[in-house]
Amino acid sequence: MIEIAALIAIAAIAVSIGLNVYRLAKGPDVLDRVLALDTMVINAIALVVMIGVWYATDVYFEAALLVAMVGFLSTVAFCKFVLRGNVIE
Amino acid sequence: MAFALELLIAALLVIGAFFLLVGSIGLAKLPDMMRRLHGPTKATTLGIGAILIASIVHAWAVRGYLSLHELLITLFLFLAAPITAYMIAKAHILVSRETQDAMTPTGTEAPWSTLSEPAPRPAREREEAAPERG
Repeated sequence: MIEIAALIAIAAIAVSIGLNVYRLAKGPDVLDRVLALDTMVINAIALVVMIGVWYATDVYFEAALLVAMVGFLSTVAFCKFVLRGNVIE
Repeated sequence: MAFALELLIAALLVIGAFFLLVGSIGLAKLPDMMRRLHGPTKATTLGIGAILIASIVHAWAVRGYLSLHELLITLFLFLAAPITAYMIAKAHILVSRETQDAMTPTGTEAPWSTLSEPAPRPAREREEAAPERG
């Protein structure tokens, strides 16, 4: 039962990443694209955690944590750049 | 393994994936930037929380040890999601002219998402501008 649920979850996450790519390509504004990238990072974390559940291993946890931190920092840096034209003043 | 635990893990996985999908559909379909901000920041955060709890229960029930370090990712994402939403909304208000015109007036001279008084200049610049004191 866990295998079927994991397959459904992986398929749903893949569809979500596809929708994010659509918004990333279409988004009329630069901040739409930043938001699409932020959502795509969260979906990527979910996908990495799903790989860990699927193979019943623990080694993918660090990858998920690193992706979470890098995604947050890059979003904040993008917003700061749009706001001020500079990241570190 | 107990059937109930397996059912709990499967339900948490499906619920999490459902909310991730709802957030991404909201991001793709909603008409307006400020409305589009709702989907990723709320639904997606809930979805990833459910998937991480499913991973914790899976480690305890299937892999046979208690691993709570997925809670680190949950805590970090729950701290980070409001901050990113706030930064994106603030940058959007400052950039988009239509959004500024559509909002109610602030009641002060400053527009939205800026400081109401000009920020004090950094100390280094003040020293350079000030005349040398005896």
